[in-house]
Amino acid sequence: MSNLQSWIDNNTYHHSEFWDLKKLVEIKEKKNLKISLCLPTLNEEKTIGKEVIIFKSEMMERYPLLDEIAVIDSGSTDKTLEVAKNYGADTYLASDILPHLEPKRGKGENLWKAIYQLKGDIIVYVDADISNIHPRFVYGLLAPLIYRDEVKYVKGFYDRPLALSGGIRSTGGGRVTEILVRPLFSLFFPDLTTIIQPLSGEYAVRREILEEIAFPIGYGVETSHLIDVYSKFGLEAFAQTDLDKRVHENKPTQDLGKMSFGILQTFIKRAKALGILEKADHTTILRQFQAKRDHYEQKLIEIIEDERPPMIDMEEYRKKFNRK
Amino acid sequence: MNKIENLDKFLSVSEKKLKKYREILLANLVMVGEIPAPTFKEERRVEFILNRFAEAGLTDSMIDDGGNGVGILAGNGDNEEKKALLVSAHADTIFSSTVDHTMEISSDTVTGPGVADNALGLAVLASLPYILEDLGIQLENDLVLLANVKSLGKGNLEGIHFFLDNSRLDIKNAICLEGIQLGRLSYSSIGMLRGEITCRVPESYDWSRFGDASAILTLNEVINKINEIELPVRPRTSIVMGSIAGGTSFSTIAREATLGFEVRSESQEVVEKAGETIQDIVMEVSSKTGDEVELNIISRRSPGGIPFDAPLTQCARKVMKQLDIEPRLSPSISELAALIEKQIPALTLGITTGQLLKINDTIQIEPIYKGLAQIIGTIMAIDGGKFE
Repeated sequence: MSNLQSWIDNNTYHHSEFWDLKKLVEIKEKKNLKISLCLPTLNEEKTIGKEVIIFKSEMMERYPLLDEIAVIDSGSTDKTLEVAKNYGADTYLASDILPHLEPKRGKGENLWKAIYQLKGDIIVYVDADISNIHPRFVYGLLAPLIYRDEVKYVKGFYDRPLALSGGIRSTGGGRVTEILVRPLFSLFFPDLTTIIQPLSGEYAVRREILEEIAFPIGYGVETSHLIDVYSKFGLEAFAQTDLDKRVHENKPTQDLGKMSFGILQTFIKRAKALGILEKADHTTILRQFQAKRDHYEQKLIEIIEDERPPMIDMEEYRKKFNRK
Repeated sequence: MNKIENLDKFLSVSEKKLKKYREILLANLVMVGEIPAPTFKEERRVEFILNRFAEAGLTDSMIDDGGNGVGILAGNGDNEEKKALLVSAHADTIFSSTVDHTMEISSDTVTGPGVADNALGLAVLASLPYILEDLGIQLENDLVLLANVKSLGKGNLEGIHFFLDNSRLDIKNAICLEGIQLGRLSYSSIGMLRGEITCRVPESYDWSRFGDASAILTLNEVINKINEIELPVRPRTSIVMGSIAGGTSFSTIAREATLGFEVRSESQEVVEKAGETIQDIVMEVSSKTGDEVELNIISRRSPGGIPFDAPLTQCARKVMKQLDIEPRLSPSISELAALIEKQIPALTLGITTGQLLKINDTIQIEPIYKGLAQIIGTIMAIDGGKFE
């Protein structure tokens, strides 16, 4: 446990630690890194213009942290591509990239094709539906990769205080994280419970990692990344950055059901391949998170699902009710 | 090349040149506009502007004791002869912090609360040092950039008054920036008196009397009487009944009702006279109904301005003409009034076209370049020797 806590302490950042963008650009240039931003889209005309403008102005013109901004679209029927192009993003239809492949429709497809299409040594992925977009969403994810060569995969998380009391706040992911992914990871991949928001759509990854992992095209892509990168490169390859508040439309519960179903499929496939379903030494510790000011720590909750046998197995019962 | 040739050259290519700054300008617009800044709570916006000033290398930027954000772009003229030109934009909005300040950008418009009034003005203010430097425009005189706070409503121009009263800078001319409308050219302020009339049903009211006790009815009486005040056609005068509030539910007798109004006139005398008449009305209705009726004057401005043919207005009109902008002259009651009070020749200029709506303003992106060219052109013209 203390290992996990020390991982959390050493690899969890807040975006404000990286306010010095000039320094960040200097180190990026010294290390000769090329960086691409990929915005996967499907009917995002309301938010895409703002995202492109902010990233282009702040992360290309003022501080040349990004070398390209690419929108990879699944076939929007609104003006997403027109608006994105108007503000200077490179726009691609996912189906035009590697066109001989049978097209598949899903965000994971766009993320995967970005590896082929974009030039960066690092690709930073940011969802296109964020309405409170800010440069921190990009530099917060890139900074650990730029400063630390051993870090390969940086995941974003958002502070969503669920309850406030006595300076300690529980800090949670979304509903699917807390109900499905965190319990699953607690059982089968306790190390991965250190990732505060495993399902966040914002992450920055080195090309050498991206080219080595498979991409589910649908809901399971974030979960599979964590399991695959962890299995191949260990927990040390990860870092995570608090990006503060993220505002987007809340999904109805039925959509969360679909999402959970996709994640479960991905999870079971990987758990079987790694042989952990059979080997699993079922733990009774659920690992959640709490934050004390800026310090995150895991909260271990023992949940013992003890069982009683069928009543018919009890001698006293059989005697009383004349069962043989 | 002399200054005026420089200016002509700039104006002939400016719109095209300025398009290059679209992302910088719109990014500033979004980032500053999405920070809520109701009057008296503008700190975070001002901090943002100050960061921009600092990034552009304005070493003298600071927040003054009145809460205003001030940045100085030093001119390279002779220190003895240097003057200061002020460019200001008010930082506050009429929207509370609880309103969703998210902005939306389409290919040709930006929509959101306070985009036009006055996030665009602030975005231009924040972008000016960067744009001037990038265009290689070096001014002789000092350019003072001011994000003034506590401007609207009960703020009553407190921020800019504080700045003008306390700053040691010798401001010779000033340009106030407003998001819309492009073509606006205000160089005079009108007389104004702004107040609230509150009617209260007294605690000791005899509630057994059926039906005739309501603060709303009393206020209605006041409104009818104000409406009957005869106003002269010249000098132009109007009374705006701007807001009304009162009561709590369908069935409860209203205990309190408030009217917000403003008297505007080109003549101070008419403003004062209308103010006195309203005071008489308040006393009359109060004694007739037995309700408490109270008049609270929130702010006053005196009319004034610079002449139509003053060098500053001439500069602006010349630049507007060259850019094919049709000037629309209108008096103002905003920052301009504070500057005129201090005898500082000042103008208010609009930046683009758009609509002010109840929650969301919408502005057009394309005319912004022309608006920006007009502002930079006017600054260059003043700097080029048209200081008064």
